[in-house]
Amino acid sequence: MVRRKWKALGLLITLTAVFVLAACGTKENSDSGSSSPTTSASAATGGTPTIDAIKSKGKLVVGVKFDTRLFGLKDPASGNVEGFDIDIAKGLAKQLLGDETKIELREVTSKTRIPMLDNGEIDLIIATMTINEERRKQVDFSEVYFNAGQSLLVKKGSPIQSVADVKKGTKVMAVKGATSVKNIKEKAPDATVLEFDNYQDAFSALRAGQGDALTTDNAILYGMASQDSNYEVVGGTFTEEPYGIAAKKGNADLVNAVNEYLASLKSSGEYDKIYEKWIGETPLK
Amino acid sequence: MHFRKQGGSNDMLNFSILERYIDSYLAGFYNTIQSSVLALIGSFVLGTVIAVFRIAPVKPLNWFGTAYVEFIRNIPLLLVVFFFYLGLPSLGITLDGFVCGTIGLAVYTSSFIAEAIRAGIMSVPKGQTEAALASGLTYLKTMRHIILPQAIKIVIPPLGNQFINLIKNSSILTVFAGFDLMYYGDIINTDTFDTFSTYIFVAMFYLLLTIPLSFAVVRIERRLARND
Repeated sequence: MVRRKWKALGLLITLTAVFVLAACGTKENSDSGSSSPTTSASAATGGTPTIDAIKSKGKLVVGVKFDTRLFGLKDPASGNVEGFDIDIAKGLAKQLLGDETKIELREVTSKTRIPMLDNGEIDLIIATMTINEERRKQVDFSEVYFNAGQSLLVKKGSPIQSVADVKKGTKVMAVKGATSVKNIKEKAPDATVLEFDNYQDAFSALRAGQGDALTTDNAILYGMASQDSNYEVVGGTFTEEPYGIAAKKGNADLVNAVNEYLASLKSSGEYDKIYEKWIGETPLK
Repeated sequence: MHFRKQGGSNDMLNFSILERYIDSYLAGFYNTIQSSVLALIGSFVLGTVIAVFRIAPVKPLNWFGTAYVEFIRNIPLLLVVFFFYLGLPSLGITLDGFVCGTIGLAVYTSSFIAEAIRAGIMSVPKGQTEAALASGLTYLKTMRHIILPQAIKIVIPPLGNQFINLIKNSSILTVFAGFDLMYYGDIINTDTFDTFSTYIFVAMFYLLLTIPLSFAVVRIERRLARND
């Protein structure tokens, strides 16, 4: 008898839960149902739906790196995220919303950035992202905002001054699976490439004298050189890996606005200022 | 290109990876065997010496042995190898990742082996040592002819376990660019994006080493038991 009572109670609770959840479901459905026609309508008339959405939200949500020196690095003391990418992002917020503080910086990694863009968690990716054909299928890119490329980091006074000096017996450090490994093997097929799990491990090994040079994007190498002044970036770049700002596919209005912003940044000289502030050199024209 | 491959291989083990990267797998497998065998010999010799230190009737040796075991076995293997890889260069000794990994592995495992051997020796009743010494045998002869032959039977199973652990722990070499099986596995993984298949094959190569070793330990154990 008692057991049957409990069973009945359990059933009642389950049913209630189902009804409540179902009610929530319909509510959500009706919400999205009413809003979607307006979005498509404004898109059809050639308006600026994405920018309108950002304006009504009152802030621009940008996915940036929190762990990349010079481009997007969180200062553990102040909690502020700073870098080249951050300055570019703030300028864009000022252009779109009239105030550079109307911005929310979300941490992304190379793995999470495209999924986060796709599910609407972020409006844009400004996170040392190289433009390539593979990615063009998944996102819409702006014009190039930073000309990155693979380079070499060596100890000051090293006989290696460019990729041409990397010969048989030279130990070059890189990160496992990075395209930079393939590139250095093409440019210097006789070199020994030592691959590490991450840049910090590779740099530690270089500093311990376990190898002669470290290779990856110059952007990352400049960051390491700023950490330890005994090391320098040499020989310019031997690949072209242009960084772009990415928007969700189909958000043409936002990409256009970003491109206009980048053009104005360059013509006003503001771009050179940001570049020198972080990279320590003037950009090559 | 990579993404299509990833999608297609989610549902099954992708044997084309094994085919395409067989040279890498074998190169890593060979280095893992080499590192494991060297570390195994090194750890056994070192472990035996430390075990003798711990039970020898000389106090400073006891202290040294105890300090060694307690220090080494209570820190992560990763840190032991870090010391050799990143610490030694500041003393002017630079050894590559393979050598540092192998030495670190030998040192780390030796602390466990020392404990296993010591436990085996201690399990032989003390009266036997006293009787042997009383009948005029030296300490070393007592060890060699009376104690160690009995201790070895007790020590075999835990030693086997340590050697199996050593083979698996040799994957630490990947962190130090030691060109072992795991190192190549990591690289194949970043090339194919098929993590599941890549590492299943890595696991298979490790099993090729550890399973025969397990069986060998069981057989030796049985044979020694028969001699009783």
